[in-house]
Amino acid sequence: MTGVKDVPNLAQSHLAEEAEAAAGAKVSNLEQKVSIRDLKFYYGDSLALKSISVPLYANKVTAFIGPSGCGKSTLLRVLNRMYDLYPNQRAEGEVILDGVNILRPEQDLNLLRARVGMVFQKPTPFPMSIHDNVAFGIKLYQTLPKAELRDRVEAALMQAALWGEVKDKLNASGLSLSGGQQQRLCIARTVALQPEVILLDEPCSALDPISTAKIEETIDELKENYTIAIVTHNLQQAARVSELTAFMYLGELIEFGVTTQIFTSPEKKRTQNYITGRFG
Amino acid sequence: MAIYDTRRRHDKFYIGLCYASVAFGLGWLTIILATLLFEGFRGISPAVFMQMTPPPGSEGGLLNAITGSLIMTVLGVALGAPLGMLAGTYMAEYGRHSKLTIVVRFINDILLSAPSIVIGLFVYEVMVVKMGHFSALAGAVSLAVIVVPVVVRTTEDMLLLVPDTLREAASALGLPRAIVIGKVAYRAARAGLITGVLLAIARISGETAPLLFTALNNQFFSTNLNAPMASLPAVIFQFALSPYKEWQQLAWTGALLVTLAVLVLSITARVLQMGRPAK
Repeated sequence: MTGVKDVPNLAQSHLAEEAEAAAGAKVSNLEQKVSIRDLKFYYGDSLALKSISVPLYANKVTAFIGPSGCGKSTLLRVLNRMYDLYPNQRAEGEVILDGVNILRPEQDLNLLRARVGMVFQKPTPFPMSIHDNVAFGIKLYQTLPKAELRDRVEAALMQAALWGEVKDKLNASGLSLSGGQQQRLCIARTVALQPEVILLDEPCSALDPISTAKIEETIDELKENYTIAIVTHNLQQAARVSELTAFMYLGELIEFGVTTQIFTSPEKKRTQNYITGRFG
Repeated sequence: MAIYDTRRRHDKFYIGLCYASVAFGLGWLTIILATLLFEGFRGISPAVFMQMTPPPGSEGGLLNAITGSLIMTVLGVALGAPLGMLAGTYMAEYGRHSKLTIVVRFINDILLSAPSIVIGLFVYEVMVVKMGHFSALAGAVSLAVIVVPVVVRTTEDMLLLVPDTLREAASALGLPRAIVIGKVAYRAARAGLITGVLLAIARISGETAPLLFTALNNQFFSTNLNAPMASLPAVIFQFALSPYKEWQQLAWTGALLVTLAVLVLSITARVLQMGRPAK
């Protein structure tokens, strides 16, 4: 962790706006898009999440921070039931998305994942052209005329702040892009489906600072339309992009609140220690 | 310093051994290929590709054998490759964590190294005896039985090389499993999958034993799948052991053709594999 002392200062630069935002819209008044209630998660017999309850507010960015292995990514993978791909992983409790518990067994996973998009730590473009990477998901759910499909692809690439860089080479392979561009391509691919919630699992950990800045700008624009949850190891990033922050430690939710408050005057000692770099 | 000198001596000794082993192995290969090229090319003429295998003591060609080999190889691959691919796909994708996969993989490995004469005898028992006569179809089936384990193995291996992150990313878009596999995993593993099929073709194009029990041989041109059919390996086997000069020459030429075909397939497979993005 660089510059231990920088952390609170960085947060403070946002202090004025954040306080205003927090005052203007009290947390309790925000619309809950997703509500995680008493969530327990098991890898085989080992308990990875110990009864987590936390909301995701509509059109807000919620950051999940905490040391490695604290369960942040696991939590994210519950929200689109990614864990269902693997045997021996199971979740107990409730995750309510728009009033419906998505953990119920009869939940259609593909429809859920179309509503709850996810961007992963490592950029994962499909082995096809840039255009097809974005169009691929759309084509599965809708039969659009070619021109309309192109418009959708363009809109998605615009939203992911990639259009300018790729508009002349849409037929080039997605694998030919740089790491940062690949990651924005993955974001475009996700937003192209017009999901309601976007999960970002350390989306910048493999990227350089310039690409990171571009992705953060993208996130900032996306929250107008989407509810966003981001897992990050980069505390400055959490402070920069999120309105709300949850600090997790060893499978437990230690503290959840407005980002400014978490970064300036956390209630719990452990949160304080983590954000000032004293452990973790 | 004494220890260092000893080590250097050891080092030189073992490097020398390595070079000697390589030279020994490659030496024999060179001798075989050189003999084959020398003897085989002497007999290459348009007649080889235009005339049928001759009766003893007269001139002729290999047209019926070449055609027969092509027909049975193509049919064998057409029967065996899809089966192998589907089984390999099950093992790498749907059944990755199931016990069935472990059992299938074990049996497949046994089949992979099973002597092809055993496979020939098996098909002889279940097809030739039941049908009452030798047939090209039985030949193709025995070749297919050899293709299946090769393709199962390469398909599974190549699909397992596709990173899970790619599958997760595709699943995260709400794609059903079949599309994740068919449009993303297959595409990412395409070069490897094709390589597997090419290697299987190379493997069966030289097989003799299974064909002797199933398709037998045919001195005449035939495309009837329900009748005995000539093939290059079977003709080579018959002609090489004969006392007739013309037959022996045709056997050399046939061997050269088979070797060249396998060589081309192997090189193509190699090139394809090199073109695969390192992932």
